[in-house]
Amino acid sequence: MIGRNSLFGPLDPAPDAGYADAPPRKGFFTDTSVCIGCKACEVACKEWNDVPENLFQMLGTSYDNSHSLNANQWRHVAFIERPGRAPAPDQPAVPTTPPVDIGMPTVGAPPSDVPDEAKPDFQWLMSSDVCKHCTHAACLDVCPTGSLFRSEFGTVVVQDDICNGCGYCVAACPYGVIDRRKGPDGDPRVGIAQKCTLCYDRLTDNQRPACAQACPTESIQFGDVEELRERASARVATLHEQGVMDARLYGNDPEDGVGGTGAFFLLLDEPEVYGLPPDPVVTTKDLPRMYQRAAMAAAAMLAGAAVSFVRRKP
Amino acid sequence: MTEVSHQHGGSPSRQRGQRGGGDRVMVPEADFTSYYGRAIVKPAPWEKDIAFYLFTGGVAAGSSLLAAGADLTGRPGLRRVARLGSLGSLGLSVGFLVHDLGRPSRFLNMLRVAKLTSPMSVGTWILSLHGPFAALASGAEIVSMLPASWQRGPLRLVAVLGRPAGLVGALTATPVAAYTAVLLADTATPAWHTAHEELPFVFCGSAAAASGGLGLLGAPVAQTGPARAFAVGGAVVELAAERRMERSMGISAETLHHDTAGRWMRASTLLTAAGALGALVGRRSRLLSAVSGAALMAGSLSTRMGVYEAGLASAEDPKYTVVPQRERVDRGVPVRHRQ
Repeated sequence: MIGRNSLFGPLDPAPDAGYADAPPRKGFFTDTSVCIGCKACEVACKEWNDVPENLFQMLGTSYDNSHSLNANQWRHVAFIERPGRAPAPDQPAVPTTPPVDIGMPTVGAPPSDVPDEAKPDFQWLMSSDVCKHCTHAACLDVCPTGSLFRSEFGTVVVQDDICNGCGYCVAACPYGVIDRRKGPDGDPRVGIAQKCTLCYDRLTDNQRPACAQACPTESIQFGDVEELRERASARVATLHEQGVMDARLYGNDPEDGVGGTGAFFLLLDEPEVYGLPPDPVVTTKDLPRMYQRAAMAAAAMLAGAAVSFVRRKP
Repeated sequence: MTEVSHQHGGSPSRQRGQRGGGDRVMVPEADFTSYYGRAIVKPAPWEKDIAFYLFTGGVAAGSSLLAAGADLTGRPGLRRVARLGSLGSLGLSVGFLVHDLGRPSRFLNMLRVAKLTSPMSVGTWILSLHGPFAALASGAEIVSMLPASWQRGPLRLVAVLGRPAGLVGALTATPVAAYTAVLLADTATPAWHTAHEELPFVFCGSAAAASGGLGLLGAPVAQTGPARAFAVGGAVVELAAERRMERSMGISAETLHHDTAGRWMRASTLLTAAGALGALVGRRSRLLSAVSGAALMAGSLSTRMGVYEAGLASAEDPKYTVVPQRERVDRGVPVRHRQ
């Protein structure tokens, strides 16, 4: 189906893909301001979708040892350590009269014996990243086999048995999400492009995706994209009222370079701090121009060949 | 930066240093933020097969043009070289593609759909259209090399069909040379996408230079006039378009000058310019023509390798993704549907 905004601009993707009675578009709103970095989303995703091991290595990058979104990592929690606020000078490092511990049992974390002013100048940013399920999904557009398809929920899903492992989608994704599975040996999907399906199987059964179901703080919210966008705007307004001026939405704008994303985020710093591109654009936005230039070059080559033979006696 | 050696799903296997990739610093590093220096976009997970295919596809396309021209203008020596070159490079092209995919059925799997938004799908159809006709013309050439007593029955039919098949092959040839530029440009790979205006001209010029070079290498000097003109013209277009391309690429043009890609691109300029010059001055010398032809072919291969490697390098370093996008945002002109 080729519509007016099929390559760029605001669009409801499922009807554009040809669904007559599509349900409302589904997506995630990941509110990183309440993420506690528990990685329950990573675990739930792997359990439900049977995603094999990624790597066993301490990366030395805060609590992030799962590295990135890739074929074997469909949710990835980023950890950023940064200065939290201006250091408080002239404050004693410890209070002069520490309280005496008499060994009474308590519930939860014990009260801190360090005054706020003396706490280290430190803040964690944590964010659970996922496939964005773009309105204009480059991976889907460039797939030469039709393995990647638009679901009735407006999400982007790989059909394992059709993918031929060409890897074109990997290079096309402006977020670096989708990847070919490299292992472990014996896995039936080695060599096949893999990424988040927004739990397509659960959606068809009116279930929430596994990550959203497992998230203990509702940092990952699942629902109709339109409703989630309103919820996100309200949340960012609340945070601004509370003085958290760094709060901003990422991917919620249907006018942006990918037509808005089905999975969008509330961030507390610039996108690139979290490993997200600051102004992603779907590559197929320029595809008509590319074909035009290629046609011109091809015509010039044909003309050049003809001219090479003209008026030359053998 | 931690080297990640054992991992199954991820892309960090080619990870390099933090921020800026640890290249020799010629200019002050652009100031940008990244997540532990990790790449944002993923490099195309292709083997060098694809870079070789860019070259052999170009040789195949240009050769079938020269073959048809030589056939029509009565240059049997040039026709023979061009037709055999077309067949050989087509065979190699399909070989590289199938090797990259793993097995032949995966190539056929792409013929289950025709998708205009996928340059790979479009290219598969272009190749499937061009290939049989070009191969039939080459088959006719092989038949003509057999003893006259064998040229009977079906072989006679092949020989008769050589010219019409060659003409169809020639008309479908240039898309084979041009589409590979769109194939690379239609990705999030910074050095490929930013080159989308000029890359088709670089690749078509390179294809003309390489196929003309093959003609110079193999055909008798008296018949090489058109191949010489085609090669020199292609070399000039390639060199000019490449320079212009670097200006439109912005910061990612750097990747064409660094490391492996930089070495290929320097070799490409040197070999293409020297080959074109040699082709011009050596029009009476069999030896100089052949050497120039070989240099032009090597130059074309170097161009393809250089562009290919530059793309991978630009994807592996977050700088080339973040810096141009951050600049757009900071200037207040992010890409929006309604400006």
